Amino acid sequence: MTWAKKLLRVNLSKGTCTSEPLNMEWAKKYLGQRGLATKYFVSEVDPKVDPLSADNKLIFATGPLTGTMASTGGRYSVITKGPLTGAIACSNSGGYWGAELKMAGWDMIIFEGKSAKPVYLNIQNDKAELLDAADLWGKTTWVTEETLKKKHQDPLMRVSSIGRAGETGALFACVVNDLHRAAGRSGVGTVMGSKNLKAITVRGTIGVSGIKDPKAFMAATKAAKKVLADNAVTGQGLPKFGTQVLMNVINEIGAMPTRNHKDIQFEGAKDISAEAMHAPRKTDGKPNLVNNQACFGCTIACGRISKIDETHYTVVNKPEYWGASGGLEYEAAWALGSANGVNDLEALTYANFICNEDAFDPISFGATVGAVMELYEMGVLTKEQLGIEAPFGSAKALTFFAEQVARGEGFGKEIGMGSKRLTAKYGHPNLSMSVKGQEFPAYDGRGIQGMGLAYATSNRGACHLRGYTVASEVLGIPVKTDPLVTEGKAGLVKAFQDATAAFDSSGTCIFTTFAWTLQDLSPQLAAACEGDWSVENLGVVGERIWNMERQFNNAAGFTEKDDTLPERLLKEPAKTGPAKGLVSGLDKMLPEYYQLRGWDTGGKPTAETQARLGL
Amino acid sequence: MQKSLHIDPAKCTGCLQCEMACSYENYGTFNTAKSRIKVFDFHHTGRKVPYTCTQCDEAWCMHACPVEAIKVDKSTGAKVVIDDVCVGCKVCTISCPFGTVNYVQDTGKVQKCDLCGGDPACADACPTGAITYVDADWTGLERMKQWAAKLDNAPKAG
Repeated sequence: MTWAKKLLRVNLSKGTCTSEPLNMEWAKKYLGQRGLATKYFVSEVDPKVDPLSADNKLIFATGPLTGTMASTGGRYSVITKGPLTGAIACSNSGGYWGAELKMAGWDMIIFEGKSAKPVYLNIQNDKAELLDAADLWGKTTWVTEETLKKKHQDPLMRVSSIGRAGETGALFACVVNDLHRAAGRSGVGTVMGSKNLKAITVRGTIGVSGIKDPKAFMAATKAAKKVLADNAVTGQGLPKFGTQVLMNVINEIGAMPTRNHKDIQFEGAKDISAEAMHAPRKTDGKPNLVNNQACFGCTIACGRISKIDETHYTVVNKPEYWGASGGLEYEAAWALGSANGVNDLEALTYANFICNEDAFDPISFGATVGAVMELYEMGVLTKEQLGIEAPFGSAKALTFFAEQVARGEGFGKEIGMGSKRLTAKYGHPNLSMSVKGQEFPAYDGRGIQGMGLAYATSNRGACHLRGYTVASEVLGIPVKTDPLVTEGKAGLVKAFQDATAAFDSSGTCIFTTFAWTLQDLSPQLAAACEGDWSVENLGVVGERIWNMERQFNNAAGFTEKDDTLPERLLKEPAKTGPAKGLVSGLDKMLPEYYQLRGWDTGGKPTAETQARLGL
Repeated sequence: MQKSLHIDPAKCTGCLQCEMACSYENYGTFNTAKSRIKVFDFHHTGRKVPYTCTQCDEAWCMHACPVEAIKVDKSTGAKVVIDDVCVGCKVCTISCPFGTVNYVQDTGKVQKCDLCGGDPACADACPTGAITYVDADWTGLERMKQWAAKLDNAPKAG
C-alpha cells in the first residue's frame, strides 16, 4: 500500500517531534489527505476553538497517490479551523513539497500548541527537528526558501513557508511551497503564523514503495494518463492556456463577476485573458507568458510561468521582479482584475507575484479590494484613509494595496481582515461578496445557477473547488446542463461535492476531473492500496467526508442560515448577457439539496444519514 | 543499430515522471532521490532541463575505474556499472566531466544511466516528448527537419 503508514506529531509548545503509526482503520474509511486529516482534526480539536489560539491544530497531509507515478500525484492539503471563516479549512497545493514529504516516509504532520519563538521544522527522512527561525521572521517566502537551502547546503530540499502576511495576521494568508504553489484559501497560513511556525523544510530519500499490485498500478496510471492526454481540456487547453482558458468563455456566458459583482461581464476581459498572456507586448515585443510548468507528477502542466515587462511602473528599478515566476491563473486574473475592474495585465502579474512572495490568497485579497473600491466610490472610504485614490479600474491602487497587505502596513491591515469584517466595520456588510466569511471565486451565481448553491453550501466558505458545476453547466462535463436554470442543480452540486472530496483525499489534482471521473481514479487506488476503492465506495467515502466536515461546522456554530448568498446575488438582477434579469434561485435549490443530502431542515445530517455513512 | 536518449528541454514541463520511472525501474520505488536522470528548474528563466549520461564513446568514467567495474553494453552502447565489481571508490564520479555518475550511500556503489538495457523508462514515461530514444546517428534529425521546413522554395501562390 502506498500510505507511508506513519505520521509526525509536532508539539510546538513543548518543542517535541514524535512518530505515530497511521490509523489504518481510518485510512480505509477516509482514504488520505483531506478526508483522513479532517478525521484526525475533528477527533482532536474542539469545534468551538479560537482558530488563532494554541488549541487549534494544523495538519499537512498527503494522499496515498502522492509521490507515485499517478498523474498529478504530488498533492498535499493543509487542514485546520480557518480564521477567515471559523469553519473547517482545507487548502490543497501542488508543486513538489508534498511528494517530498511522502518520500521522506510521512503521510502527514500534525502541529499542535504554539511555539514561544519563531521556529521551522526540518525533516530529513525519519529525522525531524524544530530549529530557530529568528533570522527568517519578517522575510518573504522567496527569501526564506533561498536562505534555508543555503543554510543547509541542500539545493534539493523542498520548502513550504509563510510570508509576512501570515506573520502579521492577514486572515487570508496562505502557505506557499516551491516559490509559487499555494495552499491558498481560508487563512491556513495565518494559523501557521499564529503558532510562530515559519517553514517546513523536507528532504526525502526513502521513496514511496509497497504498491499492492505494481503491474496493475503501472497499467492503470498509464491508461489514466492517456485519458488526460486525449482530452481537449487536459490535453490541449490547460497546457497551452492554463486555467486562463476560461477568461473569455466565462465572460461571454455572462458569469464574470465584475466590480464587486455589480456587473456580470467585464469589458477588459480580453486584455487579461490567456490570449493576452500569449500576445507580444507593445513595449518590449515579448509575451507575458514564458512557458508552462507542471507540478510533481503532472502530465497536464497547466501552471503559468510569466515575466513582467521591465519598464512597467510596478517593477521599474526592481530587478528582483524581472525574473520568471508563477504567472496568472484564472482565479487570480479574475480576482485581481475583473473584481476591481482592472485590465492592466502586467499590474495583475505583479500583484500575483506579491501574493506568492508574501503568501496571501489573491482571491480573497482581490475580492476585498473590490469591496474597498466600491466603498471608495460611495464616499465611505477616502483617499486619506486608504493612502491612495481607489476607484474601480485603478491598477495603482491594486498594486499599492498588495504591497500593503504583504507587509501588514497601513490600510493593508484592514484589507487583511477580509471583506466581511471590513464592510461590517464601515457599515455596509451587504457589500461583502462572501459566504461564511470567505470571498467568492470567479463565477457569478446568477449566470451559473449551480455555482450559487455550491458556494452557499461549501464547507469552507465560498469556493469553486468544492463542487465545480461549471464543468457541467458551461463545459458540458460529464453532461451539459443549462447554467440559467435551477432544476436538477441540487443533485448536480451534491454529486460534484462528493466526488471532489474523494479526489481531494487521494493525492491527485482536481483538475484531472475535466477528463477523469471516479471510474479513472478507482483502478489506480485499487492497484496501489488495500481496501475497497470501487467507484461506488469512493462515492460513499466522498459523501462521508462531506458530512464529517458539515458536522464540524454545525458544532462550530454554523446553521442553515449561513447557507446563503449576499443580497446582491439574491436581489439585484444581472444587467447584461445571457443571464440578464436573473437573480440566484438559491431558495429553489437549497431545500432539495438538504433532502438529497439526508439532512433535516436545519441542515444537520439525520441520524439515519449518519448511520448510513458510518459517522 | 544503437539508439541515444535525445533531450529537448523546450518541451520539458518539470513533472519529474522521468525521475520516478528511473527510480522505479532500478529500485522498485518511486524515489526521485535515486534517479539517474535529473530535471533542473532554472526558475528565473522558466527553463526546465532534464540531464543524464550521454554514454561517451571514450568514457572517462570507464577509463578511470581502477577495478574495471564499468563495461560497455555492446547492444546499446551504454556504459554500465557492474555492481558486483564496483568498490565505491568514486574515482569515476571525479573523472566524469558532466557529473552524471554518482555515489549511492545506501548501496555503497556508484550509479549511472544504463539505458535500461535498450528500453529507457524515462523516455517511456515522458508525457511531452522532451525525452525520446532515437537512432544514435540521427539525433539531429528533428532539428534538421524543423529548419528544413523553414526553407520555402515553392513558388508563391497567386
